[in-house]
Amino acid sequence: MRILSLAGRRLAASIPTLILILIGVFLLLQFAPGDTVDAMMAQMGGGDAATARQLRQFYGLDLSVPAQLGNYLWRLVRFDLGFSSIYGKPVATVIAERLPPTILLMTASLSFAFFFGLVFGVIAARGVNKWPDTIISTLGLIFYATPSFWFGLMAIVVFSVYLQWLPPGGFEDIGLVQTGIWRTLDIAQHLILPTLTLGLIFLAIYLRIMRASMLEVLNLDFVRTARAKGLDETRVIVRHVLRNALLPMVTLIGLQAGTMLGGSVVVESVFSLPGLGRLAYESVVQRDLNTLLGIIFVSALVVIAVNFVVDILYARLDPRISTEA
Amino acid sequence: MAFLRLYFRSPPAVIGLLLLLLVLLMALTAGWIFPRDPLSLAGRPLLWPLQNPRFWLGTDNSGRDIAAQIFHGARISLLIGVVATFIAIAIGVVIGALAGYYGRRVDNVLMRITEAFQTLPNFLLLLVLVAVFGSTLTTVTIAIGVVSWPAPARLTRAEFLSLRNREFVQAGRTLGMRDMKLIFGEILPNALPPVIVYASVVMAVAILLESALAFLRLSDPNVASWGNLIGLGRDVLRVQWYVSAIPGVAILVTVLAVSLVGQGLNDALNPRLKGR
Repeated sequence: MRILSLAGRRLAASIPTLILILIGVFLLLQFAPGDTVDAMMAQMGGGDAATARQLRQFYGLDLSVPAQLGNYLWRLVRFDLGFSSIYGKPVATVIAERLPPTILLMTASLSFAFFFGLVFGVIAARGVNKWPDTIISTLGLIFYATPSFWFGLMAIVVFSVYLQWLPPGGFEDIGLVQTGIWRTLDIAQHLILPTLTLGLIFLAIYLRIMRASMLEVLNLDFVRTARAKGLDETRVIVRHVLRNALLPMVTLIGLQAGTMLGGSVVVESVFSLPGLGRLAYESVVQRDLNTLLGIIFVSALVVIAVNFVVDILYARLDPRISTEA
Repeated sequence: MAFLRLYFRSPPAVIGLLLLLLVLLMALTAGWIFPRDPLSLAGRPLLWPLQNPRFWLGTDNSGRDIAAQIFHGARISLLIGVVATFIAIAIGVVIGALAGYYGRRVDNVLMRITEAFQTLPNFLLLLVLVAVFGSTLTTVTIAIGVVSWPAPARLTRAEFLSLRNREFVQAGRTLGMRDMKLIFGEILPNALPPVIVYASVVMAVAILLESALAFLRLSDPNVASWGNLIGLGRDVLRVQWYVSAIPGVAILVTVLAVSLVGQGLNDALNPRLKGR
């Protein structure tokens, strides 16, 4: 209960942040050349000034900026993100359609990076400055320096073009109508390369942090005590060291949530996945500012939600956190 | 001197420095080895590397020399990396210094703003900035700097928090120094080293951000940027994959060099933490 109230308080503290973001981006978009009505008129193939004026009146774009901002925030409270003139649907609907692939991709990449970062970090820390450590640390540095979109393209060349093991892009095979388990397998097959591509840089970060925090914890007194008790090395690592070394890793999930969402813009474009990141890119290219603002709002919500979960996880891993405060 | 000896004792740091010098050399000699506009047509399109001895890295889809674009691209990447990093560090240091020095209300307000920037995925903010202000070299560089300052700000703030009540600061205060002189003249020089080391991380990320933007064709199309070339090569990826592969290696080497140098500086400054 205590954990929940603590995390809840952090959640409440993020509401001003959210409002600050919305106001900032809203004002920023006022500087954008052209508004929604311009975009609509361009799509209709032009029109006269009177129509434009009518449309602006209809969408409330003729009001002063503070009034528009007030209107926007008031609509947000009711979860109305406005209307996308490009897609001809409410922005909330467009985003809801595009959110699942991104969430799926992020979860898969995060799990991949977290799991392998943990394993490699432990291996590297166990044999510090010996050859496994050197190889893992070098690979980590190279992965960190690899541009994700380039890795994705090269993976397509190798695995889709030459070996023809995996599909080069898309979320599922549209040619075949599949249901149940086959559809799941099909989607999973399509997500292997994007997951690796997005997860690579995070794998590099996680293994480095895991290695560092393992080395730190291995030097603490309670580890010596555990060894002196006669526990074998595996027990010492799994029961005593791991739980403590995991704390910085969990913190990192919260810190990296935003970076991961940003990275999905590029990865979804490489693999033509119909996700939120690709929607963000499309709305920039098509000047669909309403949708762009909606995506900013939803992304901030996702980041805040991830941090909420991280807070709870953190308190579970480290009982001291919930008893303090 | 001791610092240099420490730095050169670590092989990765030396390799990083050599790689960085190599990229720098490419940037400096670009105009001399490839005096023509790198974006002008040079020969038949899609020649493989070494197929024609004149183009040792081949030509791209529209017959432009890839080697020339790689050399001139080094200029762009380093320029954007250095300037954007400078902007990010400058904003971060000022905000972090004010927040850390004054504390309380000032700290509260500034940290709220920092938090807002950190909650917003920085690549998305970059997209918004490019959508609003256009994508010329100048706007892209400034935009990358503007999305990268929160981490240096937090670092500077932490340093200021630990330094602001030290004796030398109290002595300065007793002497009647003004706040600005205390902040920028006395505390900042002591708070700067870790921030400078962190600048290497900012620069690595800045180069990656620019290449990603260019790949999405949202950066300046009128300069020879490595990311632009990768985006272009994507259209012929199935057969002529080298068009995308070569500039990617250039980005990888540059970012690797910057991170290795940063790591080396960090280890040389904090010998106790070496290997962490």
